[in-house]
Amino acid sequence: MSEQQHIVSSYDTDLETIQAMIMKMGGLTEAAILQAANSLETRDEELAEKVRKNDAAIDELEEQINEECARVLALRQPIARDLRTVLTVMKISANLERVGDYAKNLAKRTSVLVQMPPIDGSSGAIRRMAKTVETMLKDVLDAYIQRDAELAEDVRLRDQEVDQMYNALFREFLTFMMEDPRNITACMHLHFIAKNIERMGDHVTSIAEQVIYLVTGEMPDEGRPKRDRTSIETHGNE
Amino acid sequence: MNDMRILERKVAANDIKISASNTQVYYGDNHAIKDVSIEIEDKTVTAFIGPSGCGKSTFLRCLNRMNDTIDICRVEGDILLDGEDIYDKRVDPVQLRAKVGMVFQKPNPFPKSIYDNIAYGPRIHGLANSKADLDVIVEKSLRRGAIWDEVKDRLHAPGTGLSGGQQQRLCIARAVATEPEVLLMDEPCSALDPIATAQVEELIDELRVSYSVVIVTHSMQQAARVSQKTAFFHLGNLVEYGDTGQIFTNPKDPRTESYITGRIG
Repeated sequence: MSEQQHIVSSYDTDLETIQAMIMKMGGLTEAAILQAANSLETRDEELAEKVRKNDAAIDELEEQINEECARVLALRQPIARDLRTVLTVMKISANLERVGDYAKNLAKRTSVLVQMPPIDGSSGAIRRMAKTVETMLKDVLDAYIQRDAELAEDVRLRDQEVDQMYNALFREFLTFMMEDPRNITACMHLHFIAKNIERMGDHVTSIAEQVIYLVTGEMPDEGRPKRDRTSIETHGNE
Repeated sequence: MNDMRILERKVAANDIKISASNTQVYYGDNHAIKDVSIEIEDKTVTAFIGPSGCGKSTFLRCLNRMNDTIDICRVEGDILLDGEDIYDKRVDPVQLRAKVGMVFQKPNPFPKSIYDNIAYGPRIHGLANSKADLDVIVEKSLRRGAIWDEVKDRLHAPGTGLSGGQQQRLCIARAVATEPEVLLMDEPCSALDPIATAQVEELIDELRVSYSVVIVTHSMQQAARVSQKTAFFHLGNLVEYGDTGQIFTNPKDPRTESYITGRIG
């Protein structure tokens, strides 16, 4: 994965293995996001159940990655780029694990929501939001494997889109709830789902920062534009 | 869910190559090795670590009877190679050492040509019937020593004219020329620079496919990098012996932990 190989070839094998594990974990997490959002849109309880079950595999991979990283640190004492590789693998796996948990939570809420009448247009919007995050995740994993800091920076900036989608949904659900209090239960679940997807975006952003650190050796500046304004504005009183 | 963890490091259930039980070594009145029992696996790199004077080199030298050359040294207990007692009266130490080769701390090429350094062992053990046979053995051994490309155009130059790292790889090539089954290495990298060290370590990893390698090293990092099994010696005792991954991430004995983390010497 890097242009020059180590003289001790088994060292390369060790580093390639932990990176292969991260890619596998990333693939499982992407699938979980899409399937969870699809299960909500198509009101597919079986698919939701599948997403919930599959999360165990993501969790198990995280544990394996941690063990393997500890082993590489203890046995190889990596430095410079190799050290950053191991450090970022550990952080990225923690981020992916959280994203997997949010997908699982989305699937759980789907199982509740299918028991209630649907809220017009909401599940399509949530699917689009999930798709945006999934594409960001796919791109950031590509950026990781290609050591592409520019692509990672691009992903980092795209998180605004997710924030804006969340803002829009926040207002929409508020309106639905004010219109008819019988919508409150469903809208609360949908709102938590939207919030969780917004959080997934933050974790993907954090992975993008790890990629930038891996390539450049420095963490990017904090100057990232944020568009989630729901915590500082009062929407209900307009 | 498939476990993707590094299979390379997993120790397969290999056959036991050397089995030592209740080994005692005395230098005169000094009890240097105290009741050490260990089973060394075939096709595995086993590292002996421990502070200076802990007995790791002494024990290594028991495995091909190098201690026979020291008058005041007395070895007790059973050391079996493939189930046969190497201290049996009928065993010829010279034949034993052809089977259990050794590489020392300082590269010690014979004051002969590169070619003759390698050819010496096969010649005296009658492993080659013709010059052509010998040429094949020399090339094969130098390739195994990962030094062929560097010396193939000057095989008749003196071995002592090579750099330190090259000399050490020449000595490893010389050790494998007699087709040993076990290779003992006593601090093979302590006189080498980091690049030559990495080359020798890569070589050790390749040799593991065919041999049982036992390496004594002062560098815990090196033990961690090259071995699948690690034995920690302290004050003549074998304190802990286990998979290298376990020893360096979760040692069972507090003395092992203190030593590898740099708390006792």
